[in-house]
Amino acid sequence: MRQTKPLRLHVPEPSGRPGHATDFSYLRLAPAGEARKPALDASVHDTSDLAYTLIRVLDDEGTAVGPWAEPAIDTELLRHGLKSMIKTRIYDARMLIAQRQKKMSFYMLSLGEEAIGTAQILALRKGDMCFPSYRQQDLLIAQGVPLVDMMCQLFSNDKDRLKGRQLPVMYSMRDYGFFSISGNLATQFVQAVGWAMASAIKGDTKIASAWIGDGATAASDFQTALTFAHVYQAPVILNVINNQWAISSFQALAGGEATTFAARGIGTGIVSLRADGNDFLAVHAVSKWAAERARANLGPTLIEWVSYRAGPHSTSDDPSKYRPANDWSRFPLGDPIERLAQHLKQIGAWSAEEHKQVQKEIEAEVVAAQKEAESHGTLANGQASSVATMFEDVYKDMPWHLRRQRQQAGV
Amino acid sequence: MSEHTSGTQSRPMTMIQALRSAMDVMLARDENVVIFGQDVGYFGGVFRCTEGLQAKYGKTRVFDAPISEGGIVGAAVGMGAYGLRPVVEIQFADYFYPATDQIVSEAARLRYRSAGEFIAPLTIRMPSGGGIYGGQTHSQSPEALFTHVTGLRTVMPSNPYDAKGLLIAAIECDDPVIFLEPKRLYNGPFDGHHDQPVVPWSKHPLGNVPEGYYAIPLESAAVFRKGADLTVLTYGTMVYVAEVAARETGVDAEIIDLRSLWPLDIDTVVSSVRKTGRCVVLHEATQTSGFGAELATLVQEHCFYHLEAPIERVAGWDTPYPHAHEWAYFPSPTRVGNAFRKVMDESPGRPGSGFAPTSGRGE
Repeated sequence: MRQTKPLRLHVPEPSGRPGHATDFSYLRLAPAGEARKPALDASVHDTSDLAYTLIRVLDDEGTAVGPWAEPAIDTELLRHGLKSMIKTRIYDARMLIAQRQKKMSFYMLSLGEEAIGTAQILALRKGDMCFPSYRQQDLLIAQGVPLVDMMCQLFSNDKDRLKGRQLPVMYSMRDYGFFSISGNLATQFVQAVGWAMASAIKGDTKIASAWIGDGATAASDFQTALTFAHVYQAPVILNVINNQWAISSFQALAGGEATTFAARGIGTGIVSLRADGNDFLAVHAVSKWAAERARANLGPTLIEWVSYRAGPHSTSDDPSKYRPANDWSRFPLGDPIERLAQHLKQIGAWSAEEHKQVQKEIEAEVVAAQKEAESHGTLANGQASSVATMFEDVYKDMPWHLRRQRQQAGV
Repeated sequence: MSEHTSGTQSRPMTMIQALRSAMDVMLARDENVVIFGQDVGYFGGVFRCTEGLQAKYGKTRVFDAPISEGGIVGAAVGMGAYGLRPVVEIQFADYFYPATDQIVSEAARLRYRSAGEFIAPLTIRMPSGGGIYGGQTHSQSPEALFTHVTGLRTVMPSNPYDAKGLLIAAIECDDPVIFLEPKRLYNGPFDGHHDQPVVPWSKHPLGNVPEGYYAIPLESAAVFRKGADLTVLTYGTMVYVAEVAARETGVDAEIIDLRSLWPLDIDTVVSSVRKTGRCVVLHEATQTSGFGAELATLVQEHCFYHLEAPIERVAGWDTPYPHAHEWAYFPSPTRVGNAFRKVMDESPGRPGSGFAPTSGRGE
């Protein structure tokens, strides 16, 4: 008689835990320049291999190589991109300190992921709408949004455009094509598809850009978004940032084990690419390709950006409890700022001196902005919008029960 | 009883035809109105509410959607953010649950959390209610799950005239509106006497509906039947059950059809109960934490010194909606009539009420 062994539940684990180095061999990497660049009107079948490899432009020496290096990106745009990434990082660092000083209740850094939003927003047009998660502050900073405006939201002060209603980092900036952030994960992914459908319904030329993390791909709205995007061929870029971690959960727990998130798109009939998220040139080239596809009415594109969440999940998180302390330094795709700086130096458009100088200037700019923002109040000193505004905007017009409650609140 | 802003011809319509007419009018009036949902396009809806609309307005205005309630509402929120005015359908109210996150966390909060930068001017139509042998998942009345959500408006018509006027108002409203349609009333009024033939809307005065544009303001209740003895706060199918119960018991009930459940027309409610001094709250939905609890509380708060008897609630039992026991579950004219008698008999302040001080409240 054949012996049947008892079944065992499989629960994925990261290879690296505190005190044990991560084995990054699970990342399906490819050398720079190797992945091909398909035609803009490629079918999903034509691109399925690209969902399992990695599009990279910058090699280890910082040279732009391969088909995605063409056409070459304007040097001024690259320099702007680098400065924007530096600004995002400095902004994050300063806001982290401000949170520690209790000037705000909460903050979330984007350390290590600055290339993705920065390069994509520079590949989009004014009027396109991004549906970000909470880690895409680079989309705003790269557009030159006044830092004071962003900081006032963080401080929930009386210049906060959201009137102190939202947790810090849940920005909303319609004028900059930045949709209101929600705490509920993945909801914006399908909303982006709806926005893109609306643009198509009206015969517009604007496109939508949707953002989600690796962990949130497990939420039902992720699959829903893919289905709707495919069914209606919506002009949307579906961005999945795979930073390997969802708070303490390794990406394998979101369903990344032995597969890729780009592959999810292929299965849904969406042209899908997998790209190096720490390679500014790759992010820009791939984003531009996807944007052109969408604008040419060729349908949606899903892109998995492979990166690494270098910082803590949020100011409420301590990553040393679940992953190795030096993990980022061992991540094979490095640091997006260093890699772009290396490339620009190589083509003679950047130098160590300029890097230092730019850092100093931005540092001063951020400090000055913070000073101005703090002059309008911080959570610590309670200089916030009037409590009466708490009852506004629930509805377009305030119904009787809210007028009554506002009275009861004594405001 | 309703604001009538049209001089066009009226004709008999069922509730289905009235709802379709409202969508037809709004598709023609506002090019940002789009309609989609499961089977609403080519087929015209499983209840025929959107029949012919795709042929008339094209596939980019009226179209079929995948079976994904979360996707339908989520996409509509995105369209609203763009500037469209989506009217989406959830095939049965019993199936809105997968869209809960998009309705509660997104549509209802978008204006508030963005300080008005983005809005969600959606209308979400859902056939609801029982009395049709629909069993557990074709009979539910989930209104309390919406009235509890800040930022939503919840509306339910009880006749073709109101159905059209309220749906037009809902579509024009910049707030997200949950539009619950009592499917038991689609083809004719229903008073709970399931053993009697259904009278079609063509035989009812409220089945006469103007062809063109008119709107019934939200937050406006209708006094469905004037009365002096007690006030019935109700909506949807139960309006007719209350009416027949009044006839059968001889209790001169004032029946308020709330039409807009929340935010509601508090003035009509309060002035009626202050006049009658008694109140019965009536709905199909299960009792505990049902919308009736809010109604009873509001009446208690605003009419306490005018009340001559405890407020009575008649509701669906606190069970899932059964199939075989449909008529033991559905609040019947008999149950409603008994509640009327109880509220009248237990009124110590009413001369000749028959109130016996020894009887107490128990049965």
